[in-house]
Amino acid sequence: MGYERINFEADSGRAVDDKKLQRALVNVTNRFRSARLKASSEVPGWDDLRSLGREIKKETIENLDGYLLMLEENVKKAGGHVHWAGDGEEACAIIIEIARKNKVKSAVKSKSMATEEVELNTALERAGIRAVETDLGEYIIQLAGEHPSHIIAPAVHKTKDDISRLFSEKLGIPYLSEPEELTKVARERMRSEFLTAGMGISGANFAVAETGTIVIVENEGNARLTTTVPRIHVALAGIEKIIPRYNDLSLFLTLLARSATGQKSSTYVSFITGPRRKTDKDGPEEFHLVLLDNGRSGILANEQTRESLYCIRCGACLNNCPVYRKVGGHSYGWVYSGPIGAIINPQLLGIDKAPELPFASSLCGACRDVCPVKIDFPRVLLELRHEVKESKAEKGKGMELFIERLSFRLWRTIVTHEKLYGAISSIMYHLQTPFRGNGGSLRSLPYPFSRWTQDRDFPAIAGTPFRERWKKLKREIGQGGAKPYNP
Amino acid sequence: MRVYLFVTCLVDTFFPGVGEGMVKVLDRLGVDVEFPEAQTCCGQPAFNSGYREDARAVAERFISVFGNALKESRDEETYIVCPSGSCTTMLKVYYKELLADNPEQLDKLETITKITYEFSEFLINVTKTADVGARYDGVVTYHDSCHLLRELGIKDEPRRLIEAVRGIEFREMEMHDSCCGFGGTFSIKFPRVSVSMLDEKIDCIVGSGADTVVSSDMGCLMNIGGALSRRNIPVKVMHIAELLAHTGSERG
Repeated sequence: MGYERINFEADSGRAVDDKKLQRALVNVTNRFRSARLKASSEVPGWDDLRSLGREIKKETIENLDGYLLMLEENVKKAGGHVHWAGDGEEACAIIIEIARKNKVKSAVKSKSMATEEVELNTALERAGIRAVETDLGEYIIQLAGEHPSHIIAPAVHKTKDDISRLFSEKLGIPYLSEPEELTKVARERMRSEFLTAGMGISGANFAVAETGTIVIVENEGNARLTTTVPRIHVALAGIEKIIPRYNDLSLFLTLLARSATGQKSSTYVSFITGPRRKTDKDGPEEFHLVLLDNGRSGILANEQTRESLYCIRCGACLNNCPVYRKVGGHSYGWVYSGPIGAIINPQLLGIDKAPELPFASSLCGACRDVCPVKIDFPRVLLELRHEVKESKAEKGKGMELFIERLSFRLWRTIVTHEKLYGAISSIMYHLQTPFRGNGGSLRSLPYPFSRWTQDRDFPAIAGTPFRERWKKLKREIGQGGAKPYNP
Repeated sequence: MRVYLFVTCLVDTFFPGVGEGMVKVLDRLGVDVEFPEAQTCCGQPAFNSGYREDARAVAERFISVFGNALKESRDEETYIVCPSGSCTTMLKVYYKELLADNPEQLDKLETITKITYEFSEFLINVTKTADVGARYDGVVTYHDSCHLLRELGIKDEPRRLIEAVRGIEFREMEMHDSCCGFGGTFSIKFPRVSVSMLDEKIDCIVGSGADTVVSSDMGCLMNIGGALSRRNIPVKVMHIAELLAHTGSERG
């Protein structure tokens, strides 16, 4: 994997200081948020639909083995091929093998988080196959040699000016300031790629077990071209993308479009069942579905965090997350970001690769409120925090971790003995004197509380805690003295 | 009607005035108030940091302290009331997770959580009182604490209480339901992100034109208040219990 060990603290620290990024994040998340709010409030019983979505996903994930075999059978029946990839490397090898067998020199790609996850572009390049992203956002990211920073809007961290410069530098064209001009350039370049590519590579938003159909939603039309023009179509899908029945699509397409972009429906919705049939005028001659595990069966095995697999990748949790809105996607260190990234990156990569991420949340729960399948993010984050502390995931932290463990053990001893608790707070009251500022609060404290007092005052411990005041209070109240208050 | 206060460790240690406020308001309503003196913390700091074994020891002690206190109540109507959406959430939502493997504790827990309420929820839904006889001459805005709003679903109760205060002008701030960046240990683990979230909250508070910001959790308020005082912004920070304790006759 080309990704370094995730360092959320350092990366998020840089992000909050990046004024350009801050502006971009406010713009895009506000736009998506108000669109989702409007689109979801238009649907009567929206909350019930979310519950239904969750129930269907739960049933599907709990019976995933059966549904996957059903999907395989039905894809084959429709004339397609099914491949099983245990990890990212295997997925790349399978796709490269299909390309080689068919002497494919160049491929066009539509937007797919799964291909980002397995770093397919790098693997194809190494195998001598040119892959061109055809989603505009992904095209920009590919030119810049970066990773997506949002699940549905991969280039949100880039301003118009960034893109103008990038196009000019990488494509050898003059600086164009108008988005229409930039889009026109990208479109012209892509058009010739579509016509010459030997292979189209897509992801899948849904894979329907009962019919072997894969469904792709998009707004640019590039995915439709990717899956119909080249001679071969390969779709890479995580095993959790499955839904049982064709009829379930009416629910999930509604949940997805309205939660993601606030549209009633995405502009293009493609239903692909196998390759071109004899009576079809166009379409690929071969259709391959590559089903990707890459850590997902590990999540499936964990009853406490299994619901992480219900995600339909709408990105609503990102847009509504007060942390994501400040730190952007790249701080999460891997392809998935925001609350969903905080729960699946550590599970897919291994908890030792991303032990910080479950803690990169204030547990405010705004994500759960907007999730179209009601993933209980705070509960899963708490579970993962526990797993981090139970595992050796943080062994690199050495002394710091030792002190943390010791502090909590000490704290536990104190708060389970009220006399000790009272004595400690009285001692702390006296110890705080040198740190007190004019207003009485604490202006600067030693580590780790210095991390608080750098930008905020810390409250002072009260001279008389409530438990002491109570002794006086209880004499003043009740005992016949208090009259019921009647407004 | 008898109420056993769980004031929380934060209130006991740093903000005893909040506990006093609760006592005054409840007393004014004719409720008998008790304070089980062995109480300390609910265990949330350890639970949220992943240290479940430590949190469990504290939770079990909490159950035993309040279990014993309740046994002494001869009142038919007995409640536990807490001035924090966050600590109430710990008791009512997460103790179940924490004690899942211990059926005996779960039974005891159920008798406790059935009668546990957050302060504003208790006033509105149990005592059925919005007007508690308070007076406060000021412009007030309200910050929704995340746990109270999204774990316990309490949104209107504190607003109804505030709006019933004599002399008050209530102004809703922009993004009143967005997190202030506290998040317990989050504020110390990732201070730069936390403060950057807080900046936005402070802008919203100041933008509302209020001279007092009220909330139902001292965690949020110590974060918000810490920034206000550091930046010399003349907006007062007040827990809803303190606000409701005001009758206009007290000094200051």
